[in-house]
Amino acid sequence: MADFSYALHDDGVAVITWDVPGKSMNVLTEDAFALVEGFLDDALADEKVKGIVITSGKDSFAGGMDLNVLANIKNRRGADPAPALFDFIMNGHRILRKIERAGMDPKTNKGGKPIACAIPGLCAGIGTEIALACHRRFMSDNPKGKIGLPEILVGLFPGAGGTTRYSRMVGAMAAAPVLLEGKMLEPAKAKSAQLVDEVVAADELLARAKEWVLSAGDSDIVKPWDAKGWKMPGGAPYHPQGFMTFVGASAMINGKTQGVYPAAKALLSSIYEGSMVPFDTALRIEARYFTQILMDPTSSAMIRSLFQNKEALEKGANRPEVSDQSVSKIGVLGAGMMGGGIAYVAANAGIDVVLIDQTREAAERGKAYSEKVLDKGIKRRKVTEETKIEVLERINATTDLSELRGCDLIVEAVFEDPIVKAEMTQKVEAVIGGDCIFATNTSTLPITELAKASVRPDQFIGIHFFSPVDKMLLVEVIKGEKTGDRAVAKALDFVRQIRKTPIVVNDARFFYANRCIIPYINEGIRMVGEGVEPALIENAARLLGFPVGPLQLVDETSIDLGVKIAKATKAALGDAYPDEAVDDVLFWMAEQGRLGRKSAAGFYTYDDSGKRTGLWDGLVQKFSTSADQSDLTTVQQRLMMAQVLEAIRAHEEGVLTDIREGDVGAILGWGFAPWSGGPFSWVDKIGAAKAVEICEGLEGLGRRFEVPKSLREMADKGGSYYSNSNRNAAAA
Amino acid sequence: MRDAYIFDAIRSPRGKGRADGSLHEVTPVKLSADMLNAIQDRNGLEGYAVEDVIWGNATQVKEQGGCLARTAVLASNLDQKIPGLSINRFCASGMEAVNLAANQIRGGAGDGYIAGGVECMSRVPMGSDGAAIAVDPSVAMATYFVPQGISADIIATEFGISRDDADAFAVESQKRAATAWEEKRFDNAIVSINDQNDLPILDHDEYMRPKTDMQALGALKPAFKDQGEVMPGFDKVALMKYPHLEKVNHIHHAGNSSGIVDGAAAVLIGSKEFGEANGLRPRARIKATAKIGTDPTIMLTGPVPVTEKILADSGMSISDIDLFEVNEAFSSVVLRFMQAFDVDHAKLNVNGGAIAMGHPLGASGAIIIGTLLDEMERQDKELGLATLCVASGMGAATILERV
Repeated sequence: MADFSYALHDDGVAVITWDVPGKSMNVLTEDAFALVEGFLDDALADEKVKGIVITSGKDSFAGGMDLNVLANIKNRRGADPAPALFDFIMNGHRILRKIERAGMDPKTNKGGKPIACAIPGLCAGIGTEIALACHRRFMSDNPKGKIGLPEILVGLFPGAGGTTRYSRMVGAMAAAPVLLEGKMLEPAKAKSAQLVDEVVAADELLARAKEWVLSAGDSDIVKPWDAKGWKMPGGAPYHPQGFMTFVGASAMINGKTQGVYPAAKALLSSIYEGSMVPFDTALRIEARYFTQILMDPTSSAMIRSLFQNKEALEKGANRPEVSDQSVSKIGVLGAGMMGGGIAYVAANAGIDVVLIDQTREAAERGKAYSEKVLDKGIKRRKVTEETKIEVLERINATTDLSELRGCDLIVEAVFEDPIVKAEMTQKVEAVIGGDCIFATNTSTLPITELAKASVRPDQFIGIHFFSPVDKMLLVEVIKGEKTGDRAVAKALDFVRQIRKTPIVVNDARFFYANRCIIPYINEGIRMVGEGVEPALIENAARLLGFPVGPLQLVDETSIDLGVKIAKATKAALGDAYPDEAVDDVLFWMAEQGRLGRKSAAGFYTYDDSGKRTGLWDGLVQKFSTSADQSDLTTVQQRLMMAQVLEAIRAHEEGVLTDIREGDVGAILGWGFAPWSGGPFSWVDKIGAAKAVEICEGLEGLGRRFEVPKSLREMADKGGSYYSNSNRNAAAA
Repeated sequence: MRDAYIFDAIRSPRGKGRADGSLHEVTPVKLSADMLNAIQDRNGLEGYAVEDVIWGNATQVKEQGGCLARTAVLASNLDQKIPGLSINRFCASGMEAVNLAANQIRGGAGDGYIAGGVECMSRVPMGSDGAAIAVDPSVAMATYFVPQGISADIIATEFGISRDDADAFAVESQKRAATAWEEKRFDNAIVSINDQNDLPILDHDEYMRPKTDMQALGALKPAFKDQGEVMPGFDKVALMKYPHLEKVNHIHHAGNSSGIVDGAAAVLIGSKEFGEANGLRPRARIKATAKIGTDPTIMLTGPVPVTEKILADSGMSISDIDLFEVNEAFSSVVLRFMQAFDVDHAKLNVNGGAIAMGHPLGASGAIIIGTLLDEMERQDKELGLATLCVASGMGAATILERV
């Protein structure tokens, strides 16, 4: 069976159906593209064919381009893949242009055959770009159906004419949500955004498309840019109206992306340059920019981490070979912010939840959190009243431990106190069945130590959620010394059920994510103490593509928590404790009662409504900013290396066993510069030798910047993380 | 190398750069031709008297396009053998015309030039010629483009210039301009604009608001705050280039920035021999000229490095200069200049500037050279320096020495 099939119906409509065998979703391959062209040629040449409908044999239209295709083209050409990529893209333009021109006379625009696209459901990337080349788009009113061009989210932009076509359809400004933000739109919204022309009942989809094809005349199938007198909607760049749009667009994209996402720039340049030339020339310009982006290591790294490896981890790349461990009933101990959030995500995934706290009120408060989230969803029309009732009914808020009977997974989220946790473990294990897996949601306490309270340490594991649980995509699964395979499989199956991305790490202080993010915060605080201008610290972080600067971050997580962690760390490390300089600032802040956002005073000031108003000027007064300011590069290197070296050490020490988890976990867990693909990808991007050089430049600042052994070896051998691991598969 | 001298310097009155401005009815061709005719008449030039007309203009489209310099020559009473060269260095175009002419003469390419410029901002709006640096993402993003108002506010933030500083400077500019007009200090330079029947159209700078005080200015909202902080958010771009700043302090508004006006100016420049041949007495020697590029984001700091350059090139120091003209594009530009060189305000912009009288982009450079020279003569001073900030991050300067 081929990816596309062709059928000429009695009414004279040729139907080209996309249905990739053995896959739940259509993705486009190189060969399939050639197949479509062949069918197209047949249909255009066949006098019996009055028109064409392109549709899908599945309940969705297409998920997009098979990203491996691009990687293969790159790999085939070795050192110089740009010409092959460009040719491939131009060939795509040629085929889609053939659909669009449909055999019509180039001068009179007459005699073409109408081509409609019938979209039964989800339609993304190249799927949408094929649809945009057609003369009319019909979409089924499938409630799960969405259409869009999300390429920008993996560091690409729509490069099969989507950028040029859509911006010419609606104008540069109106195209921004779809092209620049990658928004996927449900059918009704897609219609107002002109991505589709008609939304029809699912069972009428093909009939309505055929009806249109049979009734369409010559003028119905000429695209505005192929007709005389076409003008860019919203104004071309040097039209007074377009002028402001384009001036503003560069500024907005620059500010929003902080200059670190080349795809956004290339996208805007394609629209700008393309809008001033004929359509086919515009496609060629788009192809040049798309080639440039495919050649850019940023897009490869983003695709690898945010698409391929994220998916691999979600599919259980590091799951032990154990039978299905899906959770049917979960017990959540502690109904605080974390417990309440865990209860919500579990119930929302169809799992029965027993939510335990010491008092009825506390347990109910935890359940109320779910209600709050669901109500918000109802307001945004993402959730129905029925769903809300169903989800809430799954949560049993109680003080009665005996209700935990029948649970196959417990997640403990009580106070971060080993004694309290040990008591809970024992009490609960006395009630639950012998098969039940016991997980702790600690963020700081070693799993191996906590497991000592358990009678079944092989069934004891860490499942570390990030706050807020319903929003954060990463879950860190931590294996204690005695944690067995079934516990790991249980945790991973649970994470898959709640549709989050897992990483599996070994037990060590702060595990992986917190281990890396604490040095980032500390480096920021340390620089305040040294007299570096606080604004420079925060802006330097943003210019690296970190969503939140270190000082803002510590305000959010609270300064007293920082003090608590610092004291515990100091107690554990004794004389080896390296962060006295950080504590000088941190402890002083705490003494001033500036505990961060929660006290409406921290490194930042806040207004009465809790809105951040600016950096606190007391910092500059206390730690008089030195006249000899650090330059931006040094500040950035310090903030970057503080995290990257910690990730490398975690890998070196075996806490992290898979660099893919290190990269994906960093981006999803604490927003580590997504453009870089993660800390390991970042080292690969700049080269290990360069990373060593940066460290050596910073070594005077303290041992924290010492070059890790494994990094130096890699630099000496000229290797890279992904080539060494042979996990470079399919870097597009 | 020969010296180049200024023999005459004139300017039109400045009309409000709006549809109700007095010069709105006057074409840039006529305004330019009037300046050329006035130079010819006042100096008794005859026939093929000068080598070229170098004419500055910052918006060379429509009626200011198509080499306006040549069109203006043909529309004037000058001999058609005199060609015409339009140039654009944005706000310094008029100065660059003078400097180019002087350097042509110094280099031996001709004895006499008319240099100057024009800008009919009410008729050909600022920016209407487009600008890839602002619109083309490949340069706008790479150079961190922000509009000039934002740049002026970055200067204020970076160099600690407050709203009150800027407003006080603007009030003083208005006061000085009013005094200069009262005392008829511009009389020698002003060429009134009349119609074809010799009926008067405008004989004074109509943009001025001599009663401006701190209270009136205090009521004005910052003009660039919204585009900086909200749509499209130029401040974020500014902070990418100036990451040690937490935010941009928006202090500028219409009252402490230069006015949008229509106007023109011309300067007659020649060698010593040119003066002798035409029976003209040189008023000042063009001692030095300079131009420079600077960071395009903060954009308007050019007067400081270009002054450093011109002083170094000519072996002088700031204390040698008796009088300054620094174009008042925005208050912060001039305040930063005074701060950088510790220049006494008493020596600078003695007769007010563009905040009070307006800034016809292509003409201003020639205007301030004329104003500087008139004041040097009035105060009987030896050395004067004129300088302007320039869009896209440039600066230009001229040093005059009386003879």
